[in-house]
Order: sequence, then C-alpha cells, then structure tokens
Amino acid sequence: MQRIGVFVCWCGSNIAGTVDVQAVSEALKNEPGVVFSANYQYMCSQAGQNMIIEAVKEHNLTGIVVCSCSPRMHEATFRKTAAAAGLNPYMVEIANIREQCSWVHKDMLTGTEKAIILGKAAVAKVNLNTPLVAGETPVTKRALVIGGGIAGIQTALDIAEAGFPVDIVETKPTIGGKMAQLDKTFPTLDCAACILTPKMVDVAQNENIRIFSYSEVTEVKGFVGNFDVTVKKKARYVNEDICTGCGACVEKCPMKKVPNEFNLNMDNRSAIYIPFAQAVPKVATIDPNHCNMLKNGRCGVCSKVCAAGAIDYKQKDEYIQEKYGAIVVATGFNPISMDKFDEYAYNQSKDVITSLEFERLTNAAGPTAGKLLRPSDLKHPHTIVFVQCVGSRCAACAEKGKEYCSKICCMYTAKHAMLTRDKYPDTEVYVFYIDVRTPGKSFDEFYRRAVEEYGVHYIKGMVGKVFPEGDKLKVQASDLLNNKQLHIDADLVVLAAAIEPDKSARPLATMLTASMDTNDFFTEAHPKLRPVESPTAGVFLSGTCQGPKDIPETVSQASAAAAKVISLLVKDKLKGNPCVASSDELMCNGCSSCERVCPYGAITYEDKEFRMPDRTVAIRRVAKVNPAVCQGCGCCTVVCPSGAMDLRGFANRQIIAEVDAICK
Amino acid sequence: MQVNERKPLIVAFCCNWCSYAGADLAGNNRLSYPADVKIIKVPCSCRVNPMFILRAFQRGADGVILCGCHPGDCHYTSGNYYTRRRMALLFSMLDYLGIEKERTRVEWVSAAEGAKFAATMNDFAQTVAALGENKRLEDLRCKK
Ligand SMILES: Cc1cc2nc3c(=O)[nH]c(=O)nc-3n(C[C@H](O)[C@H](O)[C@H](O)COP(=O)(O)OP(=O)(O)OC[C@H]3O[C@@H](n4cnc5c(N)ncnc54)[C@H](O)[C@@H]3O)c2cc1C
Ligand code: SF4
Ligand code: SF4
Ligand code: FES
Repeated sequence: MQRIGVFVCWCGSNIAGTVDVQAVSEALKNEPGVVFSANYQYMCSQAGQNMIIEAVKEHNLTGIVVCSCSPRMHEATFRKTAAAAGLNPYMVEIANIREQCSWVHKDMLTGTEKAIILGKAAVAKVNLNTPLVAGETPVTKRALVIGGGIAGIQTALDIAEAGFPVDIVETKPTIGGKMAQLDKTFPTLDCAACILTPKMVDVAQNENIRIFSYSEVTEVKGFVGNFDVTVKKKARYVNEDICTGCGACVEKCPMKKVPNEFNLNMDNRSAIYIPFAQAVPKVATIDPNHCNMLKNGRCGVCSKVCAAGAIDYKQKDEYIQEKYGAIVVATGFNPISMDKFDEYAYNQSKDVITSLEFERLTNAAGPTAGKLLRPSDLKHPHTIVFVQCVGSRCAACAEKGKEYCSKICCMYTAKHAMLTRDKYPDTEVYVFYIDVRTPGKSFDEFYRRAVEEYGVHYIKGMVGKVFPEGDKLKVQASDLLNNKQLHIDADLVVLAAAIEPDKSARPLATMLTASMDTNDFFTEAHPKLRPVESPTAGVFLSGTCQGPKDIPETVSQASAAAAKVISLLVKDKLKGNPCVASSDELMCNGCSSCERVCPYGAITYEDKEFRMPDRTVAIRRVAKVNPAVCQGCGCCTVVCPSGAMDLRGFANRQIIAEVDAICK
Repeated sequence: MQVNERKPLIVAFCCNWCSYAGADLAGNNRLSYPADVKIIKVPCSCRVNPMFILRAFQRGADGVILCGCHPGDCHYTSGNYYTRRRMALLFSMLDYLGIEKERTRVEWVSAAEGAKFAATMNDFAQTVAALGENKRLEDLRCKK
C-alpha cells in the first residue's frame, strides 16, 4: 500500500478564488492510501517545496499528489522536489486544478467539486505508480547540418569552433545558398560575396567540418544523441579529391548551351560546370542530362583536357552511413513560381523578372557582368517598375500565393531601387506597395533614404496588369492615396516574389518526424521560448526553413541553434524517457502486431527458453522493446491481443483507475 | 443528489502534445466549458485502448471524447491515424449496442487551439446532455 501525501496549491487567488482548497485537501484525506493532506499558498515556491520534503520525511510518504497548475508547468519542478526528498521522481502525479478547473469554471461549488474529482483520479493513479528509472544512452559527438546556405554555414562553423565534428549535406554542387546569388545586402550595402565567401573558405578549411555537396539525406533512424543517417552522394562524374577546380574542362566542353541555374537561366553554362568562381568545394560537376559522353558515349573531351585525371564517367551514386548526436535543418527557401501570375506577364516578356533575377543582373559575376541591361534587347532600361508582395499576404489568392508576409521583400526592393538610382540617376524608379514594412535596426532609415535622398517614387497601390506593347511594358496600376489610375510605360518590371520553404523540406520533415506548419515551414518546439528547437528531441532549426528571415536574423538563429547543439554534444550521456513500453514475456505470443505499428522500430523479437509445467523446455519468440528507441506513444499496447504489452507511467491499470475515479 | 438534476459525466482523453496543451490554453485564456468534462492525459491519442472507453461507459459516463493532434501532426507521426481507424470501428459497434454515436467523438485540437478546445467541449457537453443519461452499458453493480 502506498503512503500518499496530497498538496493542494492556492496559486495565490488563481486557484483559491474558485476552488475551496481547504475542502479539497479535507476531501482527499479520506482517499485510499492518503496519509497526509495539506494546502499552501504557492506549492512551487521554496517554502512550498520544503513543506513537501518535510512531509515525505515525517510521514514516510511513498507517493505525492500535487493539485496545482498544469503538469506542463511544474511537473518537472515537483519531480525534482520528490527526488530531493529521496523519492523516485515518477512517484509524483499532478492534478491540474488551475487550467482545467479554477480558470474555466466560474463558481466555487462547481470548481471545488471538480477539483476533488481530479484529485481523486490523481490519487488513484499514484496508488499504482511504480518507481521508474530513466535509461542512459551515450551521445554521438558529431552533428549533421542539412543545407549549406548562410544558415547552415554559420551553424556548422560555430559547432566546429566548439570542437565537435560537423557534416554539412548540401544538394547543390556548392554551399552558399541564396546569399551567394545576391549582389549587395541591406541595410549596410556590403557586397554579399565579400562577406559570404570568407565564411565559405573557413568551412572548407576547418578540420572539424566535412562537406557532402551534391548530396542528400535519404534515411534517418534513431533518436536524440544517436541518429543513424544515410547520405546519398550523387555521382558528379568527377573525383572530388583529385579535381583542382582549374576549369579547363569547363572551357573545352562543347555542350555550351545548358541553361545556367545559378544565373536563373538568364545565360548558359557548359555540361560540365563549376557554379561560380568561389564555389566550395571548388570542383567540377557533370550534368548527366546534357553531357554527350554520358548520354550516348560520344565526346570525352573533359577527360582528355583534365591534367589531374579527375573525370570518371563511371562514377556511381554513393551511400554513406554516419551516426550523429544532433541534426540541424537549414534547408532554406525559394521564391515561388510566377507561372500562375499571368497578370504580370512574367512568362510573356523577358523584361518582367523576379527580384532574385534582378540581383543576378546587377551582380558583376552575373549574365551582364553587372550592367543593368534588360534581358530582351540588352538595352539600358530608363523606367523600372517594382511590384512588391507578389504572392505574399494574399489570403484571397491562396491557390497561387501565400497568406503570410515574406518579410524581406520591402527591404530588398528599397535596396534595388536605391542602387538603381545611385548608379543610373537617369532612370525613373517606381515601387508599388501595400504597406512598407521596415521594422529592424536601421531599416526604416534605409527606406527613407530611398525615398528622400534617391527620389524613388513609392506609390501605395497594386499593379493590376502588365502587358508588352512594342518594346515597352504597359503597367496599369492604382494609386490609392491619390485615388488615381496610373499608366506607366516601363522598360523593366521587377516582381518581389513571395518566398516559400524548399520543396524537399516536407519529405525531410517526415524522415526526421519533425513537424511543419500549414505552409511547410518547420515548427519550433515553442514559438516564443524554444524558437530554434523542433518538437522532436535532437532536431534543431536554422534559418529560413523555419520562417521568412533576412541574413542578420538567419545568422542569429543559426548561432542559437549551434549553441543548443553544443550544449547537447558536451553531455556524455542523455537521460531517456522512462515511460516506455515493455512486454510481459510470459504473456506474449510473438504475434508481431506490436512491431508492425511501432513508428520507431523499437520492437524486436528474441527466442526465449521457457520452463514448462511438465519440466520440458520450450523456446518461444517474444517481443522485446528497446527502451532507448521507444518514444512511449503506447500504440503497441492497444494492438497487443494478449495484453502483454503495457506502457510504464501510463499503464492500463493506471488509466483505468483514473477512469474509475472520475466515474464514481 | 436527485436523479433529475444529475449532470452529465464526460471523460475526455487528451494527448499530451497537442490537445492537453490546447486545454491548458483554453484555461489560460479563461474560455469556459462545462465542469462535466474531466480530462485524462495520455501520451498520444493512440494510447487509448477501446477498453478504457468501455470501462467509462460501464462506470456511468454519458459521453467519451478523444482529442489528438491534427492528422499529420501527431508527435509520433502516425498515432492518430490508428486512433481514427480504431475509433471508427469501436464507435459503430457501440452505436449498435445502443450507445448513440453522438456520445462518442474524436476531435483534433492543436496546442494553439484553446478556443477550439473550449468550443468542442461546450458543443459535446450540450449534445450529450440532450441525450440524457447513458443507461445502456452502465453496470449498476459497480455503484455502491
Ligand atoms: C531577391 C532577394 C534579395 C535579398 N536580399 C537580402 C539582403 O539584401 N539582405 C539580407 O539580409 N537578406 C536578403 N535576402 C534574404 C537572404 O537571402 C536569406 O535571409 C538567406 O539567404 C537565408 O539563408 P538560408 O541559409 O536560411 O537559406 P538558403 O540561402 O536558401 O540556403 C539553403 C541551402 O540549403 C540547401 N538545401 C535545400 N534543401 C536541401 C536538402 N533537402 N538537403 C540538402 N540541402 C538542401 C539549398 O540548396 C541551399 O543551399 C534576400 C533574398 C532575396 C530572395
Ligand atoms: S510505445 Fe510506441 S514507440 Fe514504444 S514500442 Fe510501443 S509503439 Fe513503439
Ligand atoms: S503484440 Fe503483444 S503478443 Fe504480439 S508480439 Fe507484441 S507483445 Fe507479443
Ligand atoms: S501525440 Fe497527439 S495524437 Fe499522437
């Protein structure tokens, strides 16, 4: 029989205001197993906790029921208190009489009655609690970062700096992400390459960092501290270890008409390519869809010109298996497709471009060597119209756009407008906006400079239609502040396309059992208090995969995620959750039902010898749960036909006791 | 207590990760619902054994509701899919036995849906109250 102490909290007037705490502690005194019952103003305070510790000692308590706020609030606190008093922490149950009672019911009578019942259910459960000991598992001291944009780069550098090995898996042939495609960056206008490429070099030179570029994660097993990950290194038909990145092959390759994705298909590259001069790793990659040698065995020029002998047409995809203690997701974003936005004539005119294309057009390494020329005829544009919020904040157009604000477009459009006016003062620049949103350090000042110093025409209103006529783009728009319709003959129209998470994020989330919101951004464990952790232990979030962000915010989150990873990896062992399933081998008939439903593959089978009543020995197949892998969902307990499988901490008997107590 | 002023008795199983947190949020926001609803916390909606529900009806519950994460959002990825299938079966069997379909329900309530939790409980409690007492499965031997 347990010796249970009941402690009813007033929570100031939060509970005591609608629950007669004295009556509750009196009523629970008579419950089976209860030998002590008291109430106090703040059970979670030091004095309240001391009261529990003293009562445990004085009355030899074996179990504790605290009637207080939600267990999500203070269960951990009271478990520690129990441990301090020498009890097993899992001998504590909380009756949630604040969130579920005093805060939702108005009168004292109802509140008190219900609090007593919730208290009784907790007492009934504690009567059946058993001490539980959390298993310990060792931590693999290596981290995996998925995605090599600025987010992944910063996270990897910080973790490596702390002395832990890190692997970066990046789908593209080079790390760098979108930032590598940008020209200048707001709000300081430093050039993106000047601040990014030194970091990329740091990554390449850091002994603790390995880069798996042109690779993807194909399987994730295991759990916090012990993930087993399979990485597919796609064949790039070039031996990375030998290639020096000299570019001789790129120059000589006869297939020169392949759309260059790095310049958003505004110019061409060859079938063997290095995305940009500062690529890391700086090695060539053969595009199998365009290489003559790989397609029909004719050519082989690159292999002939490569002095290092790095070309390998027979290279196969390679699968690498590695163990990690922590995983950071940094898969970033992409601008949404403009295909459904016919009103802006994106697919009809080469001179309607997205903002990211504009970045390439103004970048010295871009298709026009940094000269702002319109793509159709390479003439200098004299009138440019920027359209903000294309597909953002568009609750009404959810089938083609996004409901949320993409957050970065106001600032980069101001940047583009300002830079254009600075370099080409003869150009008229119009910006159409719904609102200009510039919260952020030095952001509003930046935008005001665009308007006041650089004379950019900011017009509140949406563009209704763009259509090509002759060599002009006719722009029809409304000016809401002056209540006018505007017709502008533009040379170039730039669309600030909404941004969305990378398409590969959804299948990745499924592999990681990490959750996503309705927009496919990764969800954080708590929106305010745990913003860089995913709800899945050991999986962390970095950068725009969690929500739209600019570079300063991305980098802060990246470093925060690294700090969380480091504090995990410094631990030698992790305490697991002791509320796991276990099967009674005497009852188990080895049917495999449980194994089939377990989402983690925690259940295996072993042949066990059983001594039978007639003294013979029988060998039976029985289920065995790996407590380090089991996450404690309880699904297996329900499918077990023989009642052999049960869940510690939420045992059948315990839950039935709660049902009984409530239904009395 | 007189029989005719008997309040309905409702057992609500809530999964730890979404719905229990949703109930907490309803509390935080002081969104009231009838005290007839008593919550039992389970790790996942898939932990709820049909046996628990039968037990509740046997002991005199008038309605049982199961709340879990939205499909696709189960903390254990797939638990609520099992819940959905299991309960569809169980509830139609119960209906056949005379426990009306309206007395049993599965709802998806996320941690952010305090308002949905309160609204669901208000609606469910009203529905169950309208049906009156459950006598079909109640085992009078269980009452003292
Ligand atoms: C037009 C434009 C202009 C901008 N201008 C500025 C500016 O001036 N100042 C500023 O602060 N911010 C600016 N930004 C925002 C800035 O680009 C982002 O904040 C930043 O790039 C986010 O970095 P990230 O690492 O989160 O994502 P990304 O840069 O998108 O990097 C993600 C990386 O992960 C890789 N990846 C994706 N999926 C997988 C997978 N499944 N497996 C492996 N790898 C994967 C991708 O290939 C990519 O390399 C601008 C954005 C745009 C669109
Ligand atoms: S409780 Fe869940 S995770 Fe654990 S063994 Fe059973 S099904 Fe698998
Ligand atoms: S479901 Fe039950 S009987 Fe079947 S293998 Fe699992 S524990 Fe054994
Ligand atoms: S954890 Fe909520 S339904 Fe599975």
